[in-house]
Amino acid sequence: MTDRLVTIDRSRLPEPGPSGPVRFPAIERSALPNGLNVWTVRHAQVPVVACSLLIRRGASSDPAGKHGLAAMTADMLDEGSGDRSAIEIHEAIARLGTQLETDIGSDGIVAGFTVLARFVDRALALLADVVVRPAMRDGDMARVRQLRLHRLTQLRDVPSAIADRAFLGLIYGEHPYGHAPIGTELALASMTVDDVRAFHERAIRPSVATLIAVGDCDHAAIHQMALDVFGGWHGAAADGEPGDPALPQPPRLSIVPRARAPQSELRIGHVAVARDTPDYHALVTANMVLGGQFSSRINLNLREDKGVTYGARTAFDFRRRPGPFVLQVGVQTSATAQSIAESIGEISAMVSTRPITVEELRLAAASLTRGYARNFETADQIARAAAQLALYDLPDTSFAEFVPRIERLTTEEVTAAMARHLHASRLVTVVVGDYDAVGADLDRLGLGDPVILSPETF
Amino acid sequence: MNLSFTKQTLANGLDVLLHEDHDCPIVAINVWYHVGSKNERPGHTGFAHLFEHLMFEGSAHHDHGYFQPLQGAGASLNGSTNSDRTNYWEVVPTAALELGLWMESDRMGYLLPALTEAKFSNQRAVVLNERRQNYENRPYGLSAMAILAALFPPDHPYHWTTIGEVADLNAVRLDEVHAFFARYYHPANASLTLAGDIDPDQALALVRAYFEDIPAGENVEPVRAAASLDRDVRILLEDRVELPRLCMAWLSAAMFTEGDADLDLAADLLANGKTSRLYRRLVFEERIATDVSASQNSREIGGYVQLAATSAPGHALGELERVILEEIGRLGADGPTDDEIERGRVQAEAQFVFRLQTVGGFGGKSDQLNAYNVFLGDPAYFDRDLQRYCSVTNRSLQQTVRRYFDPARRVTLSIVPRGRIELAAPDSVPAVVS
Repeated sequence: MTDRLVTIDRSRLPEPGPSGPVRFPAIERSALPNGLNVWTVRHAQVPVVACSLLIRRGASSDPAGKHGLAAMTADMLDEGSGDRSAIEIHEAIARLGTQLETDIGSDGIVAGFTVLARFVDRALALLADVVVRPAMRDGDMARVRQLRLHRLTQLRDVPSAIADRAFLGLIYGEHPYGHAPIGTELALASMTVDDVRAFHERAIRPSVATLIAVGDCDHAAIHQMALDVFGGWHGAAADGEPGDPALPQPPRLSIVPRARAPQSELRIGHVAVARDTPDYHALVTANMVLGGQFSSRINLNLREDKGVTYGARTAFDFRRRPGPFVLQVGVQTSATAQSIAESIGEISAMVSTRPITVEELRLAAASLTRGYARNFETADQIARAAAQLALYDLPDTSFAEFVPRIERLTTEEVTAAMARHLHASRLVTVVVGDYDAVGADLDRLGLGDPVILSPETF
Repeated sequence: MNLSFTKQTLANGLDVLLHEDHDCPIVAINVWYHVGSKNERPGHTGFAHLFEHLMFEGSAHHDHGYFQPLQGAGASLNGSTNSDRTNYWEVVPTAALELGLWMESDRMGYLLPALTEAKFSNQRAVVLNERRQNYENRPYGLSAMAILAALFPPDHPYHWTTIGEVADLNAVRLDEVHAFFARYYHPANASLTLAGDIDPDQALALVRAYFEDIPAGENVEPVRAAASLDRDVRILLEDRVELPRLCMAWLSAAMFTEGDADLDLAADLLANGKTSRLYRRLVFEERIATDVSASQNSREIGGYVQLAATSAPGHALGELERVILEEIGRLGADGPTDDEIERGRVQAEAQFVFRLQTVGGFGGKSDQLNAYNVFLGDPAYFDRDLQRYCSVTNRSLQQTVRRYFDPARRVTLSIVPRGRIELAAPDSVPAVVS
């Protein structure tokens, strides 16, 4: 009875046509006399503006012995401003129907709000209040420091957090990337409000800052508002980028014992490569094949074939300086050694016995390129993308070039890039799990005697 | 504010909702099946969620896994199960809409021929690992199980969590999958929304072509169950945690019913964010807790409102309980301030506007249209949903708090470090969690 406008054929899958070119919306730029960059992107579909301030100094600028200082400083930003108390600032933010989001990474701090467009002037004024003139009072500092210490205490029972921190410490040692932004109990316990003020003076300065506003807003208006509220901010940030200290030579296998744990949390990887590598596109693509999505080799092996995990993921963490490559997975305790062997086998096969096939490359490239547009749907997504340009000194053409550069890759290029940056012999494995149950199996992996790390260290 | 759509119901009972938004060259495909852990029976818990996993393992005409062709077309995709519904979504590039409909319709119509014992036992193993990862090996991970089991009687379907009990998962057999599929996974128990870069006529023609031939199933009778508490149920769990946590829960309003929106705002002003009363009192001023939170968990045939607070070192949970009850009592006695009501309304407005930003995924526009359609039969509910929050008054919030937060009828769960029972709220007895 139905007028069939479409004929369907269940004997084969429909082949989607090509996706159109992705045009990242234009970024309008200006700068204030104090050096603050002002970037805006008009994206007016919904009456919302995402406002964020990127500071190109992060946890890697923590001084030796004061790990956690950058994060503590970021946490202290909204604890009062000028004469206003912490509570007054929190209430002012709440009246805009939003909350301050701060994100602290190794290379940068981002602080900002997403607000209804009618609040954008008040949001920018509040952002300036907290970033430029934080009160940083002693009493508030004592409270915030205590809360962060409690958080560290609680993290001792979170296997994924223990594994992340143990892994970073092992592969980076004393390198500025060797600690998590939250720092250590020892460092936090002795941290004072003077330390925080000094960090603010040294790092949170307009010379390393970019204000990004994306949404239903106009560049000239945002520039004028920024001038009004950020114009009185001064100073240049101190250098934050020392050269690369020597990396340690960690043991290949370590375990943080967790008695009677039903799963082992695993990290497998090594220090790899910086964001500015010419191999960026090849590595992103190769990672999709290895462990970057559900239908990747490692996930299909450990989850869909063996059933020993809820999911496995690999990633290159591209940063200003060489960041880690890491596999993250939680596996049932009985399958710990098997999963380590399978994972190392998959990583090593990519650059030896089973290089990426033409079909795998086609699927990986398509999964990255055909849906690329969905990365720029919301104001928040566009603001985050713009922040990447500012943080890593990338050209505006980066997003427009992404798809064609991926599409041009050959299997030889992708395999060669993996061989340059992934080295099976250098892989470091960390297990957070039940040592009594898995110890004997670990001994048979051929990775040397596992080094036992004390849970108290993390 | 508006979330525009058209709705058609196909002859087999499938509801089809279409929403146009051409800002981004993508289409969200979102399918809800009106089935969740509420449709399970004691002894068979965890089944609806396990079944969700099987929906990603291939169907009769594409028996090679669900993810690969879609990820190869640039789609992102996922699914989830809760007590009342199971949802599945893909966000595809515009040109891959037909592929997405091919895949969704094939598993709606032709899942079972591809389902083997091997796939079934593999996904059971995966689910047991999901349970280990997200519940057993996670601090405080078993608290939801203890709370639900104490709030709802054993024959009430909210008595158990969606992940289910290990013994039930181990006991389930492949033939149960067939019966479950026949009963719940058919067009008349489903709602399909397409949102994004579509031409509505073409999109509807595609939907008809792919879904219209799937046979209708029998109507699913609504689940009915009642719960009531007549006392303060005081229980404790020992867990691998450093700091004790107190969870207090009360039976409350079902979703979209009277009191539901008031309870959402009451939860926020009591315990969410740095301006909330309990954050101020417990964390900011007295410094006896490290965090507080609250939520109104409104479900289809009932709800519960929950408060949680974690002790600072050296403070027992009884101290926290006293302050929490005091603040609830004060809110019930004096009501909220004008400023609190105003902040709550602005936050609600902002949250509704923010939700309009994305077409797909969990909570995107397609998911919301299906939620309103499946639970209310009224996809046009978006504006009225916001209106529920804008109409909350000082008085309605105060009365709702008085009505639901009865100190004599609640569940009080203490989660304490192993061997530190003395930190629990007084008079608590061990909870049984499997």
